[in-house]
Amino acid sequence: MTKNVTNFLSPEERRERRMILLLLAPALAVVGLLLIGPLIWMGWQSFQGPDGFTLDHYARFLSDTVYLSSFVQTFRIAFVVTIAALLLGYPIAYVAAKSQGIWPPIILGMVLLPFWTSVLVRAYAWLILLQRRGLVNTMLIETGVIDKPLILVNNEFGTVMATLHILLPFMVLPLYATMKKIPAELEMAGASLGGGGWLVFRSVFLPLSLPGVIAGSVLVFVLTLGFYITPELLGGGRTFLVSMLVSRNIELYNEWGAASSISMVLLLLVFLIFRLASMLIPFERIMGTR
Amino acid sequence: MNSPLHPQKVGVSIRNAVKRYGTFKALDDVSLDVAPGEFLSVLGPSGSGKTTLLGLLGGFVQPTSGSIHLGATDITYTPPHLRGIGIVFQNYALFPHMTVGENITFPLRARRLPKAEWPAKLQAALEMVELSGYADRAISALSGGQRQRVALARAMIFEPRLILMDEPLSALDKQLRENMQLELKQLHAKLGATIIYVTHDQREALTMSDRIAVMKSGGLVQVDTPKQLHDRPKDSFVASFIGEAMLLPVQRLDAGNLTLAGQTLRSAHPLPSSDDLFLTVHSEKLAFAGPQTAPESNLLPGTVNSCLYQGESVRIFVTLSGGEQVSLRLPSNHSGWQMMPEAGQPVTLALHPEDTIVVPRAA
Ligand SMILES: Nc1ncnc2c1ncn2[C@@H]1O[C@H](COP(=O)(O)OP(=O)(O)O)[C@@H](O)[C@H]1O
Ligand SMILES: [Mg+2]
Repeated sequence: MTKNVTNFLSPEERRERRMILLLLAPALAVVGLLLIGPLIWMGWQSFQGPDGFTLDHYARFLSDTVYLSSFVQTFRIAFVVTIAALLLGYPIAYVAAKSQGIWPPIILGMVLLPFWTSVLVRAYAWLILLQRRGLVNTMLIETGVIDKPLILVNNEFGTVMATLHILLPFMVLPLYATMKKIPAELEMAGASLGGGGWLVFRSVFLPLSLPGVIAGSVLVFVLTLGFYITPELLGGGRTFLVSMLVSRNIELYNEWGAASSISMVLLLLVFLIFRLASMLIPFERIMGTR
Repeated sequence: MNSPLHPQKVGVSIRNAVKRYGTFKALDDVSLDVAPGEFLSVLGPSGSGKTTLLGLLGGFVQPTSGSIHLGATDITYTPPHLRGIGIVFQNYALFPHMTVGENITFPLRARRLPKAEWPAKLQAALEMVELSGYADRAISALSGGQRQRVALARAMIFEPRLILMDEPLSALDKQLRENMQLELKQLHAKLGATIIYVTHDQREALTMSDRIAVMKSGGLVQVDTPKQLHDRPKDSFVASFIGEAMLLPVQRLDAGNLTLAGQTLRSAHPLPSSDDLFLTVHSEKLAFAGPQTAPESNLLPGTVNSCLYQGESVRIFVTLSGGEQVSLRLPSNHSGWQMMPEAGQPVTLALHPEDTIVVPRAA
C-alpha cells in the first residue's frame, strides 16, 4: 500500500521527504541509542542464564507466587489510583473548563504545582502528614474525632494517596483539554430543547468528555504501574510492587536476567493496555497531541 | 395534513431590555413586540447585538434590566429548559455523538414523553424537513444542508410556540441558501409558529420576513415591513444597509424641494427637517430619460463612466454633473443592449419624485 503510494510521488515530494528524514535523523538517533538499544539489550538479557539461552526467568512467573501477588497488587493499586484520580480530577477539570477569566490558569496552576517539587520531597511530606504522630492523626485526636491514631502510612493507603497526588495532573489536563473542546452551544441547545441540567450533563457533556476520561485514565494507570520511589517510601514494605520486584532482583540477588524478564512482561502489559485504549480513541489523543 | 405539529401561536414582547457587559452596552433599551405567528427578522451588522437579543429570549443571557413576555407570561427569569422555545443555533449545535433520530427525539426524551409516541412524531418531523429514512444516520455523515434540516426538525418536534433562528443559513452556499429560504418560508406558513430570525444578510431579510427589525450598536433603529424599510428608510444607516443604495449629500430647500450639487430636485415625500440630509438612490429607481419618462421626473445629467456586465443585467456607472457616482441597471436582453450607452457618453437620468427618498444622517 504505502509502497505504491511512494511510487507515485513527484520528484519534489520525494526530495521533501528525504529532507524531513534528514532533519529527523538526530532525534531518531537519540531515541534509537537511548531507548531502543537498551530495550533490545533488556530483551536479550531476559533470555540469558548462567549457561546461555534459557526460559527460566519467564518460567518463574508461573512458579513464584511472589511474582503473581506483586503484579496483582500493582494492578489493584493502579486501578484504585485511577478511579480516585478520575473522581477527584473530573470535577476539578469541569470547574476549570467552565470558569472564566483568571480562574482556569489559577485552578490548573494549583493542580500543576506539585510538578515543581521533587517526588522525594513530596513523598516525605506525605510521611510527615500521615505517620502515627503525624499532622493528620494529631489533629483528629486533639479534636476528639478518634482516640487511637489511624494507620495511614506504611500501607496501601499511603501509597495510593501519594501516587494520586503526583499523578492527578495527568488526569486533569487531558480532561480539561477535552472539555474545553465541547462547544457551549451544545449544552445551550440541550437546555433550549427542554433538557434539565442533569439530563444535559449525562447525555451531552459526559459522553463528549469520554475521550478525556479514557486518555487520563490510561495515562494515570500506566504511570502508576511503573511507580517506584513513592510506594517504596510510603508502602513500608507492605506494598510490594512490580518496580520493587525489579529493583530487589538487582540489588539483592544481582539477577539481571530475572529483572529484565519482569520488565519485559510489564512492558508487554502496558502495550496491551494502550492497544485496547486505542481501539476506543486514537492514540494521538491519549498522548495529547491532538 | 395530519402533522402532529400544531403549535399554538403566541406573541413576544421585549420591554426596555438592557444588557451590560461591564460598561459596554450589548443591548441598549430594546423594546420590541412580535405578533403571534409573525416572521420577524433581526437584521444588523456583526456585533450589533443580534445574538445577545436571541440569548435573552432563549434564557442564556440575563438582562441587566427590562423584561420579556411570552404571550401573557413573564419569562424574564425562567430558566432556558422551561421556556419551550425552539432554537436553531448558528452552527446547528447538533449532538455529534447521537444519530439524526436521537437528536430529533431529544426534546421528547427531556419531556419524558412515553416512548411509544416517539416514532410517529419522529416520522412526522423527518417528513416535514424531507429527511425521511435518515433517522439512523450519524450527524457526521450529513451535508451542511441536511444538518440544517435536522436542527430545524429538532427545534420543531416539541411544537414550540416560538422558534428562534440565529443566522441558520449563513454556513450554506448561495444556491442551497436560496432554496432553504423558500423552504423555511413554506414551513413557517405550514406551522404557523412565531419565528424570530437573525441574519446579517439584508436580501435574506427582505425575502423572508413579515417585518424586519434593524439593529445597530445594541439598539433598534427601525422596525418595519420589508417594503417600508427598503423604500422609506428612517436614516442613512438603514438606507445604506438595505439594498444597493448610494447616498448623496443634499441640501434642503423647503418641505418638498432639495438641491443636489446646485440642481433642484423635487420629492413627493415631506423632507426631514435637518441640515444633514442624504438622497438615497437605489439603482432600480434610476432610468435613462426618454419619451416614456414622466414629465414630473427629476432629471440628472451626467457622463457614463463604465459598464459592468453581470450576466442577467449590465450595471452602468454614471458620474453626475456634480461629480457624484451613481449606478443603474439595464437588463441584458435585446432592448437593453439597444439602449446600452458607451463609456464617456453624456446621458440624462430620470428619478421620479416618488422615488426621491431623503434621509437624515444616522445618529
Ligand atoms: N459574554 C460577553 N462578554 C462581553 N461582551 C460580550 C459578550 N457577549 C457578547 N458581547 C459583546 O456584545 C456585542 C454584541 O454581540 P452579539 O450579540 O454576539 O452580536 P451579533 O450577534 O450581532 O454579531 C459584541 O460587541 C460582543 O463583543
Ligand atoms: Mg451573532
